[in-house]
Amino acid sequence: MHIMEGFLPVEHAIGWSVASLPFVAWGVHSIKKRIAANPEQRILLGVAAAFSFVLSALKIPSVTGSCSHPTGTGLGALLFGPAAMAPIGAVVLLFQALLLAHGGLTTLGANIFSMAIVGPFVAYGVFKLARSLGASLAVGVFLAASLADLMTYVTTSVQLAWAFPDPAGGFMVSLAKFAGIFAVTQIPLAISEGLLTVLVFNALARFNPKELEDMKLAEPREVQA
Amino acid sequence: MKRTQNILLILGVIFLALVPLWIVERPVAGPDGEEVAIFGGADDQAKNLIGEIRPDYQPWFEPLIEPASGEIASMLFALQAALGAGFIGYYIGGARMREKMRREIEEAASKRDAA
Repeated sequence: MHIMEGFLPVEHAIGWSVASLPFVAWGVHSIKKRIAANPEQRILLGVAAAFSFVLSALKIPSVTGSCSHPTGTGLGALLFGPAAMAPIGAVVLLFQALLLAHGGLTTLGANIFSMAIVGPFVAYGVFKLARSLGASLAVGVFLAASLADLMTYVTTSVQLAWAFPDPAGGFMVSLAKFAGIFAVTQIPLAISEGLLTVLVFNALARFNPKELEDMKLAEPREVQA
Repeated sequence: MKRTQNILLILGVIFLALVPLWIVERPVAGPDGEEVAIFGGADDQAKNLIGEIRPDYQPWFEPLIEPASGEIASMLFALQAALGAGFIGYYIGGARMREKMRREIEEAASKRDAA
């Protein structure tokens, strides 16, 4: 999902940066508020960031014959709310843009929008919906993390199709082509991300049941070891 | 502890990563005898697709620093994953120890009350 440095036209690069900025500011604000109220959750915030660091570094082969990576933003979105992942994802993407030439500064806004804004908000919404429909904690977490991962890549496809519409068929033809590269490749990886996020949630439920209850993510009966 | 579920989750991830290695067939070499790359990055494919849709498009900004080689890039990715995994392991280890000590204190207290 990393759009490479310089590969978005100037107006798109600026537009996505402007669109991402308020979310990053909102996220910084929400993290500050949360940590001020619960200073002990600071280290858990580190875990959310670390998870995104690990998962976005793993390039995994997929059925389309190309490699891509998960995003790891679902976990933090469920623990700290969707806005909180915007600045955290921005840090991950900035690290990759500056040191790894993976993504870029001019495409940072667009990449933040897909990975650190759309993904987390999808995760949060899907989790709430799944839980309200009676899904178990594990199923809710799995669906939230998988769909967040997938929608991130769909967003990247939309961004690229918008910037580079097909000369003959326009936006939709171009979207189908980019989605063929990104979204289809991502399906097995999205499932993997869902499974790994459930794994981390199981560890949290086992060792930090009170924190999950306090965050209103799990019912007391669901986290009893 | 959901040990069975956790093991199944890990096996699921490994399975999903291995299946493509089996089912994806290596494309036949082109007429020039050049091997066609397989399991390249999706990001690179998108870059090539941009080149097909807009052959005249020129990237207008270059990365400030690029890893000097593929090896150095993998080292940096490994470092990124190691830092993240190390931190998660540190947290879970600490949380596990805290939970264990809390339980021991509770057990000791209930024994004392019984005595």
